[in-house]
This record gives sequence, structure tokens and C-alpha cells, in this order.
Amino acid sequence: MHIEFLMGNAAIARGAVAAGLNVISGYPGTPSTEVLETTAKINNGSIYVEWSVNEKAALELSAGAAYCGARSMVTMKQVGLNVASDPLMSLAYIGVKGGMVIMVADDPGPISSQTEQDTRHFASFSKLPCFDPSSVQEAYDMIQEAFEYSEKYCTPVLFRPTTRVCHGYASIEVKDENECVKNTPEGFVKDSSKWVIFPRLSYNAHIHIEKRNSELSDVFSEYSRNKIIPASDSNCRKGIASHGISFTYVQEALSGKSSPKVLKVSTPFPFPEKLAVEFLSGLDEVLCIEELDPIIERELTYICGKYHLSTRILGKLTGNVKTAGENTCDSVAANITDFMGWEKNPYAELPAPPELPVRPPVLCAGCPHRASFYAVKQAMKGEKSVFCGDIGCYTLGNAMPLDMVDTCLCMGAGVNNTQGIGKIDPDTRCFAFVGDSTFFASAITGIINAVYNQADMTLIVLDNSTTAMTGHQPHPGTGRTMMGQVVDKVNIEAVLRGIGLKTVETVNPLELENAIETVKRVSAEKGVKAIIFKSPCAVLVKPEKPYVIDSEKCIGCKKCINSLGCPGIVISDGKVKIDETLCTGCGLCSQVCHVNAIGGECNE
Amino acid sequence: MNKNILLCGVGGQGIVLTSKLTASCAMKKGMQVMSAETIGMAQKGGSVFSFLRIGDGIFSPMFGHKQADIIIAFEPAEAVRMLPYLKNDGTVIVNTRQIMPVTAALKGSSYNSTDMLDYLKKTTQNLMIVDGDRVCHELGSPKVLNMVMLGEAIRSGVLPFTIDDAVESMKRNVKPQFVELNEKALRHNV
Repeated sequence: MHIEFLMGNAAIARGAVAAGLNVISGYPGTPSTEVLETTAKINNGSIYVEWSVNEKAALELSAGAAYCGARSMVTMKQVGLNVASDPLMSLAYIGVKGGMVIMVADDPGPISSQTEQDTRHFASFSKLPCFDPSSVQEAYDMIQEAFEYSEKYCTPVLFRPTTRVCHGYASIEVKDENECVKNTPEGFVKDSSKWVIFPRLSYNAHIHIEKRNSELSDVFSEYSRNKIIPASDSNCRKGIASHGISFTYVQEALSGKSSPKVLKVSTPFPFPEKLAVEFLSGLDEVLCIEELDPIIERELTYICGKYHLSTRILGKLTGNVKTAGENTCDSVAANITDFMGWEKNPYAELPAPPELPVRPPVLCAGCPHRASFYAVKQAMKGEKSVFCGDIGCYTLGNAMPLDMVDTCLCMGAGVNNTQGIGKIDPDTRCFAFVGDSTFFASAITGIINAVYNQADMTLIVLDNSTTAMTGHQPHPGTGRTMMGQVVDKVNIEAVLRGIGLKTVETVNPLELENAIETVKRVSAEKGVKAIIFKSPCAVLVKPEKPYVIDSEKCIGCKKCINSLGCPGIVISDGKVKIDETLCTGCGLCSQVCHVNAIGGECNE
Repeated sequence: MNKNILLCGVGGQGIVLTSKLTASCAMKKGMQVMSAETIGMAQKGGSVFSFLRIGDGIFSPMFGHKQADIIIAFEPAEAVRMLPYLKNDGTVIVNTRQIMPVTAALKGSSYNSTDMLDYLKKTTQNLMIVDGDRVCHELGSPKVLNMVMLGEAIRSGVLPFTIDDAVESMKRNVKPQFVELNEKALRHNV
């Protein structure tokens, strides 16, 4: 053992590797991404690492490896599990041979997600055991135990950290290399009565799963990470139940105080019922402090009914804890203070501060998406049009002054959203914007649907040759893999032509005039047609020389600022200037300026 | 001995690296360390913070209001934003240079760093104002602001380690060609 300072996601990767990981696959998504990235970084070549095309493909890959006795892990964010839910639900019936962990990161807040969905529900829905770590150290230790349970019970298990565990750092004890487990998979052994799902198998498996989960509930009551922390005051008839990062906030709030009995739930499913009954005994009231949904609260309420206990269970359902957003040390301390009837800490309030600047995320200076959005906007001036967006950096195209995202639902949704809108508003020109990674992940089937069903829409592929939002992961259009191979790229234009699109044009959006003309021409055609705006992510290429504004020529109209909203154009001392530390020399603003005041080197 | 440290500023100022260096100093002393910071959407030009906790008996990587021993603020408005986290007798080290939000030019909204500094003077007992631009200019590089700020924080006496400790952990964390400049910045007494 030695001590290292690790991010939670790195600790999860290190723990999995220490448990003999053979295969890891996933699709990037905050806050889960660094698990697979860390594994790739520390891989000595013995582990197969893959960023898959989407979460469904990733889960199926890992399942196949686990059929062979490999220890496998699949990683994704919570909404990714929606995509992978089809194989998930069936795999629960089939089971695995090697340990398989499905790592799904939840995002209370939400900080960078579409929903505040709670993967603990997916655990009970799919009937799979679920592990919920509360700290970086626990994540490291627990992932190894998760592999053990998975293999022992021949079932995949869910491992569900939340953002503050994933992205928190801590100095933790990790195993030395010689303490790590090595796993040598046996290989696939044919047995169609085991690996082929049929109604008969599912019926039998269902009986087995229910029996196993009942047994696991007892096993988890003894699992050391589910625990009761006795009250420091033995007369206290109140208790607190918590989980995950919120449990550490509870510990902070109770530190140095006369504390009530505390229940820590690390396996929300199967719920450690016996332990919970022991916890509830002698208590009049229990406050459940949870993030996302009131799962422990409902379980305890159910157990009180089942065992005729008179304990009052409080939490989100009773209005004692807020129902949405993430908990904080302060919110939990306030909840506990109210519940315990403690005197409130009289904070000396600070005087009201001066108005603070708001710093919303925006498209980077030089981002080619800005040019693409602007080109479509100019081309559609005066036309009735609708712009369906998607998930990625380009969702930020919604901000003023571009204001070019009318809808955004989930990955790939924009394509068929336009189809529906077009059916009701046939005189509207419909556009769907999709990034290159999202194109491969979940747009292709939608495009086939639109083409075959005679939709009338323009697909705009924003191809910056990377998965930019989550930190530049490779995808099938990039020509490299996580194993370091250089491979043939999947060509987006060829895919679209293969699907049957007659018009597919590839254009550099930074050549503005041509881009605008192309949009006007292509969007006027009937049927499904596509424009691929191809220009690399500004963060990945070496910037060109910054542009400058000729103050003699600049008339101060601010058209550049009010049209583009580029962070590289600022107002300083009342004059429009280019921040040379941010400007990448993309030249878009110089094409927008109608008095030719913005230029490259020639103006210096 | 526990210390709650809050580093804040705007994306791109080197806050995360400073947090890592500080953590590494504490670990070298055998202390337990936890931290939490902004990741993702907020990075580009957004407000960035890093909560850093060192010592024993810490459970959560974040802490609540009125619990920071020191706020090391790379930008005046960000210092004001995070001020509710400062202990009554806590220390604030603030850089004077304001960074306008990227949307300021668009909205025509701006703010005055003098207002922010005046507010800090009014509300903070232990305030150290650092003219980061001037110091960086003296040192010959805008990239050493984070080392200047860390050096000041150590000289304030709030952090439980010395400049030598920080120099040593810096050497382990930055590329060899930048070591000399960063050491100069750490040792530069403002």
C-alpha cells in the first residue's frame, strides 16, 4: 500500500485495474469520462480499452467479454444508460461469467446533464445490485468489491458514483502493483441454454433473480460499507440515513456535536433490510438526506409498514429536504439543525456585495461552430425556419447573439424533431444540427428514418473532427483508437450517400460567403439533404496570427460583437479591440465587418 | 491542524495547478488532503474554484460557508463571489486585475474592480492585495501569476508549509524549462 492523490474517477480506474480488469469500454460523458481515460493512460497493453460509438455498443462489448470470463467494465453518464438500457435489461436475465461492472455516473444539480435522473432506480428496475460510493477512497475500495460480488453471483453490477465523488480528489491508500489481482479469462464456452435469451430462460432467470436478490439483501446487511454509526447520546431517539457524498456532509455537520444514530446505505439495491430494521429500532424519527430521488426514504417508509414500526420517516417526500439540485455542506447542516431542533448558528451576514459579473459558458474564440451557425442564420434571414440542436459544444449556439438552437432534447433527437415539426409546419425550412461524434453515436438511424419517410429537412453536420465537449475523445471519424492504432476513418459524406441522400456538400464554414450560398442553395431543395461544415476544433489546432482592428477604419458600429459574440472581441476604453491572447486568427469577424476594419497581418 | 483553502478565479489562470501544488506540499508533510473543483462547462472563461482541505478529521472534499481559513483569489470579483465561505478571521489574498466576462462586450455590462476591492476592504480583516500584473511584468511572464499568488499565501503564514516546500513540489509538477522562472515567482516578495 502507498498513498496517492487521485481524482475519484482515476481512483475508480485504478481500483478496477487492481481487480484484474481485462476490458473497458464506454462513451464519454461528464462526470464519467476520466475513468476510461485513466485506464488508457495506465494501461500496460494487457487491457482492451475502447471509446465505443455509443453506450449501447459499449455495454454489449463489455458483456461479451464477461461471457468469456473476462473482468470488464463499461462507463457512461446517467443519460447514457438510457441508450444502453436495452442490453442492460436483458443482460440482467442472462448474467455473466467474469465480473462485470456497469459504471454510471449521476450528476445532481444537474451540473452538466440534461436530467437529474437517479441510476438507483435503474438498479431496482433492472434488478441489478448497485454500489454507491461516498468518497474517493471508498470508490477505490468498493469497485474491487463490486467485481467480487459480480463474479460470485454471476451478474453484472451497477456502480453509481455522483459528480462530487467522480471529480473530488483525495490522498488515498492504493495497492502496490504486486498486491493487484490478475485475471486470465477462460474464453467463451458454448451453451445456448445459458447465453441465448428466450421466454423460458427469462422465466427461470426471473425466479432465480428474485431469490438471489432476497439473499443479497441479507448479505448486504452484513456488508461493512453499509453501517450503523451509534448515537453519541444514547437517549437520542432520532436518526439520520444517508448515502454517497451526502453522507460525508452529514459527517461534517455532526462533527464535534452530540450526534444521533446514523445509517449509511452503500447498496441502495438490494436494500439492506435487516440492517435498516436494526437501525430503526428505538427511533421516533429519521431524517433521510439524499441526492436525486428519495430512494432510502421510500425503502425505510416501506420497512416501517412491513414491520409495524412507528418511526416517522422524513426527507424529500415530507418537505424536510429539498427535492431538486445537489446537497451541500450548508444545506445538509441546515436540514440537520432543523431536524434536531438545534439552535441556529447566528451568522453575521455580509453586507450586500456589488453586482457580480455573470460568466456563462460560450463557444471558444475561433470555434468553427460560430461560423456555421452564423452562415445558416444569414442564409435564412427572412425565411420561416427552425433550428433543432443537439448535445455537444454546439448546444452553446443557443446563446445570444447567435440564438440558433430552437430545440435540444437528447443525443440525436434533432434529426427526427425536424421531421415532426415539418409535418405540422410544412412551410418552415427545418434544420437539424449534429456534431460529428453525435452523428456516429445516435443520428444515423434517425437520418435513415427521415430519408425513407420522405422528410423535408437540411442536416447540418458540424464536423470538428473530435468529441470536443468532453475533452477531445476519438470517434470513428477521427482515424485513431484508444489502443493507439491509426485506422481508416468512417467517412460521414460516404455514410450519408450510402443512406441515399442525393445532395451532400462539404464546406469550410470559415469561408463565410461560400458557406452562406451553400446553405441557401441546398436548403431550397426538397427531401433530406446535408451540409458538412468541416473545420477542426479551435482548441486542437495551432492558432493563426491574431487579427487586429484598424482603429482609423473602425466606426464603432459593433456589428462584429453583436453578430458573432466571439470572446476574442472586447471593448476597451470605449473602443472595439481584439484580445490577442484569445484570437485564433479564424478571420470570421473580418468577413462580417462591412467597413473592412478588421484584418490580418497587413493591418499591423 | 486543519486548513480549509479556497482558490478562485477565471478559467485559464492556473488555479487547478496551484491547487495540485498546494496539495502536494501537504502530502509531503504526511497530511490528509481532499479537494474539489469546477470541471466541464464552466472551464472556458467561466468562474473556477478549487476547495482544498488538509489535515485530519476531514470527511467531505467541499466545505460550507464561514469555513475557509484563506481565499486565494486570482480575480477581484471572484473573491467577492466566494467571500461567504471565509471564516470571520480568515485571510484573503486577491489579485487586482479584473477579467471581464466574455459576454461583457455584448451586453455592454461591466463592473469596476475598485468596487470589488473596496467591498473586500470593508468586510475582510486580513486582506492582502497583490498587483499581479505588475509583479508578472517584473518577472517577465504573465504565466507565473499562480506562483506569485501561492508565494504570497505562504508568506501570509496561514498555510502550514514554507516557500522551500512549494519550490520542491513545483519542481515535481512543471516542465524543467519553466522551473527557474516559477521558483523566482514563488520567492518574489511582493
